[in-house]
Amino acid sequence: MAYSDKVIQHTENPKNVGTLDKEDPNVGTGLVGAPACGDVMRLQIKVGDGGVIEDAKFKTFGCGSAIASSSLATEWLRGKTLDQAEAIKNSDIVEELDLPPVKIHCSVLAEDAIKSAIADYRQKQGKKQADNKA
Amino acid sequence: MTSLKFPIFMDYHSTTPVDRRVLDEMIPYFTEKFGNAASRNHAFGWSAEEAVDQARERVAKLIGAQSEKEIVFTSGASESNNLALKGVAEFYKEKGNHIITTVIEHKAVLDTCKRLESEGFEVTYLPIEADGRVSVEKVANAITDKTILVSVMLANNEIGTVQPLAEIGKITRERGVLLHTDAVQGVGKTAFDVQAMNVDLASITAHKMYGPKGVGALYVRRQKPRVRIAAQMDGGGHERGMRSGTLNVPGIVGFGKACEIMTNEGVEEAKKLLALRERLRTRLMSELDEVHVNGSMEHRLAGNLNVSFAFVEGEAMMMAIKDVAVSSGSACTSASLEPSYVLRALGVGDELAHSSIRFGLGRFTTEAEVDYVAELVIRKVRHLRDMSPLYEMHKEGIDLTKVEWAHH
Ligand SMILES: Cc1ncc(COP(=O)(O)O)c(C=O)c1O
Repeated sequence: MAYSDKVIQHTENPKNVGTLDKEDPNVGTGLVGAPACGDVMRLQIKVGDGGVIEDAKFKTFGCGSAIASSSLATEWLRGKTLDQAEAIKNSDIVEELDLPPVKIHCSVLAEDAIKSAIADYRQKQGKKQADNKA
Repeated sequence: MTSLKFPIFMDYHSTTPVDRRVLDEMIPYFTEKFGNAASRNHAFGWSAEEAVDQARERVAKLIGAQSEKEIVFTSGASESNNLALKGVAEFYKEKGNHIITTVIEHKAVLDTCKRLESEGFEVTYLPIEADGRVSVEKVANAITDKTILVSVMLANNEIGTVQPLAEIGKITRERGVLLHTDAVQGVGKTAFDVQAMNVDLASITAHKMYGPKGVGALYVRRQKPRVRIAAQMDGGGHERGMRSGTLNVPGIVGFGKACEIMTNEGVEEAKKLLALRERLRTRLMSELDEVHVNGSMEHRLAGNLNVSFAFVEGEAMMMAIKDVAVSSGSACTSASLEPSYVLRALGVGDELAHSSIRFGLGRFTTEAEVDYVAELVIRKVRHLRDMSPLYEMHKEGIDLTKVEWAHH
């Protein structure tokens, strides 16, 4: 299969590979996919005081398109508010990376990973507030 | 130090380049000696026929056939497999309607069996054991008084495992059942002899043995027992009525030469390949952890190494080593999004199937290439594992089989 230049760039030079401390209350972690399906993405965001994502990291087990989708997602997430981040659609990723139809599921997984990281962050914050009240 | 040429080809199970010696013999048959081998009345036809006869003898010799008359030329092994299975099924349908095969056969066998099932035949698909070989006992137990044919490949195209064909042949002969083998990957590369192994029909193809694409043969035994097949291509009655169509003379000439080279050099070549394969394997396995060989090491083609680099997806791996042509059982490399059915049948688990890489070494593989590929693969596996959440979890001591994954 021929890859788009952007997919190749992201897989050769992935942006923001790494791990954030998942115990940090300001970090949200999304782990989606399954090894048996051939792709697992872990996407993490660190949210600053103004509710702006100041850092985003990923690690992905998956094909080139999955790696590129998550790498692109971390680039897009940095500097966005949570609401802006939540508005990222898989179709935006498909368009940016020129993914062929058989690779659309990679972009879906990236969108899921974003949503799941945000949900994890919100849950932690809700718990923190509840703890503070108690 | 020899300089390397890129890309490096390590996918010799998919196809092979035509050997220069093969090409040289073929060339005159495109131009001066272009005759139709069926033209009985002039010199052009005679020289074509003579060349075809010589090729037939060379093919027969390689596989231990008793007579060159047992060789039917085809367009390749897909056709040979179709002709063998459908031809036997049609001819012997009064005798029985049961066929036995294995789950790891090539699609040209499996899909032919599917079609025969839709026409009322019954097919038993035997599983393979953990070493990638079919159990001889299971073959024996599957035979009923309705069984007309057993079809088991000589060597598998993905994992390179060599099947216990001689033992199976003993049983099928005893029980009066025909034995067909798809010998494509093994012929010339591992011991194969239709007499010694009691094989009744065998499919082979030129392009896996340094001959041209689009030409192959079906061996059809003529004595003890005399095997009959119903033709699947009607027409001028070529190839003793078993396969009509004007013969691909240059292709057949090349096929014959390729067989002759294999007869003379195959054993030596396999020794060389085994040394290179082991060099590659030991380097990879000494430098990297969690490398799993798929299939038996003992009963395996010398040029085959099928390994899973756990926690690294196969297609990403292939992209990372794009200067090296290999193949993977990962779903991402197929249209179906299913990992390889052969690896599944082996029971390695979908995770490892997705992580598999098949290295196929062949006649023109050099030590310098092996060393380059080993070094590159080691570097890239480490790089991709640094990127893999699974490797990180594994290193933290998390049992990945106990994690609740969201299957999609
Ligand atoms: C085991 C096996 N059988 C059959 C075939 C089909 O051969 P051909 O390409 O000549 O049709 C192949 C190769 O693709 C093969 O590996």
